[in-house]
Amino acid sequence: MFRFSKLSYSAQRRVVIFSFSLIPVVLLLTFSYLPVFNMFQYSFTDWDGFSEMEFVGIENYITIFTNPEYFSVFKVSLYYFVATFFQMGIALYFATILSYQVRFKNFFKGVLFFPFLLNGVAIGFMFLLFFRPEGTLDTILHALGLSEYIKLWLGNPDIINISLAGTSIWRYMGFNFLIFLGAISSIDKEIYEAAEIDGANKWHQFRYIILPGIKMIVSLNLILAISGALSAFEIPYIMTGGSNGSETFVIQTVDTAFKYGKIGLGSGMAVVLLLIVIVVTVMQRKLVKED
Amino acid sequence: MNALKKTLGAVVKYGSLIIGAVVAIIPIIAIFFASFKTSGEYTTTGPLTPPEDWTFIENYIRAFTEGNMLTGFLNILIILFAAIIGSTLTGSMVAFVLNRFDFRGSKILIGAFLLATLIPAVTTQVATFQIIEGLGAFNTRWAAILLYLGTDIIAVYIFLQFMQSISVSLDESAMLDGASYVDIYTRIILPLLKPAIVTVIIVKGVNVYNDFYTPFLYMPKSDLHVISTALFKFKGPYGSEWEVICAGVMIAIIPTLIAFLALQKYIYNGLTQGSVK
Repeated sequence: MFRFSKLSYSAQRRVVIFSFSLIPVVLLLTFSYLPVFNMFQYSFTDWDGFSEMEFVGIENYITIFTNPEYFSVFKVSLYYFVATFFQMGIALYFATILSYQVRFKNFFKGVLFFPFLLNGVAIGFMFLLFFRPEGTLDTILHALGLSEYIKLWLGNPDIINISLAGTSIWRYMGFNFLIFLGAISSIDKEIYEAAEIDGANKWHQFRYIILPGIKMIVSLNLILAISGALSAFEIPYIMTGGSNGSETFVIQTVDTAFKYGKIGLGSGMAVVLLLIVIVVTVMQRKLVKED
Repeated sequence: MNALKKTLGAVVKYGSLIIGAVVAIIPIIAIFFASFKTSGEYTTTGPLTPPEDWTFIENYIRAFTEGNMLTGFLNILIILFAAIIGSTLTGSMVAFVLNRFDFRGSKILIGAFLLATLIPAVTTQVATFQIIEGLGAFNTRWAAILLYLGTDIIAVYIFLQFMQSISVSLDESAMLDGASYVDIYTRIILPLLKPAIVTVIIVKGVNVYNDFYTPFLYMPKSDLHVISTALFKFKGPYGSEWEVICAGVMIAIIPTLIAFLALQKYIYNGLTQGSVK
């Protein structure tokens, strides 16, 4: 009878390398690389998903860059981009505070982190209720005597993206917070003690010990958050479907391809976004490495 | 002077923590309150007024039965189970090969897995859709399972990282006893990878349970709804019945809350490790 263990190790090696990596590699190629390759191809055609594909050269790209309707939605990404920095700042603040002696530390840690675990659709409904006229936010403002600041949070096109980007901060801040907290706790405690003896106050400790100690993690999180901001989709799609000036580039891409059946144009848009995300990521990784 | 400064510091510290906690909790509290209100009560009381009758569970019953949520739970359980088993097996196998053997192309392969994380999956849906459709997987659970295995390659990373801490001398001594490479993988590596498997379960669990666009795009059939898509369906027909929607939201987040309270430590560790790319 054939037994695998009777084979020589070099023969086993070959069999194991091939059979163990076959399925993962096929999955990787089919679902991660083939779509990118196909997307490039589609982006040079006028394909609608059914009829014959016709090669149209760079027409789709010309449409994307010259028709303001398509490219201007990147403005919406700016709101999420700016929100990213608030998100990092808040996360860093709470992570720093909670890495010192604090009462009910675990409670605060849990509460600040928990939103990150929630289902995106659940969060969408939660904040639809939160921002409704006479909803949770308005009730709080009334109670605080700030009624005059009440606005149509999701009805006013000038404010809607701020509301949605705020929701995004609420959702993702806990993750950055958790990562920063972990990074800070890995800094050697003796360094603080030595600094305290030298008369360093908490701000000095933050500025000269904590911040340099976690700079790497902060920049990596920033990169992830920025590509996340560029490809913002779930929260605005679930909450507003992209109406009222809240349409992001990804919502537009998905709608162009799936709702209006313009696979070629949609692919072109997806290629543009992919390239931007890759450029941002590579640039930032370079910057991080140089430091 | 010093005492004053200290008190002030404490006020700022606890003040900001309490504000942070309130901001994190209030949107959830409002949903929680509304889910126990009758429709008349919902329209006449403010969102932060507690419900009159905490035993009023009519909304929950309606959300659960009319909202297709049982199907949602069943589907998400099947998909989660398949995705976790699948990515534990494929991820640990490929990590074993890449970590233990240095062969022609192994560097390229590692690079290929690395590079794939740079591609935000949401940008490639346009073309992924055609592949799923071409495979006949559209509107089947396979669509989600295949995509969670093929595009969410974080498991490969977690295992690759963890493999580095498993000493090669263990393999060597097993080889002296005549163990094959398959034995080494199944009897030595896989059991030692247990902490990494826990991490993979947590990271995948959070990602898969909360994912919206994969089931939304690839499994629109109502028999195939998962929690996200079943909940999303509330948007149209229940537009004016917020108390029912709120009960649906609560049903969706209760499992998360239970898992969080029970597995807090593992979740913290899992997500911290899973994030290091």
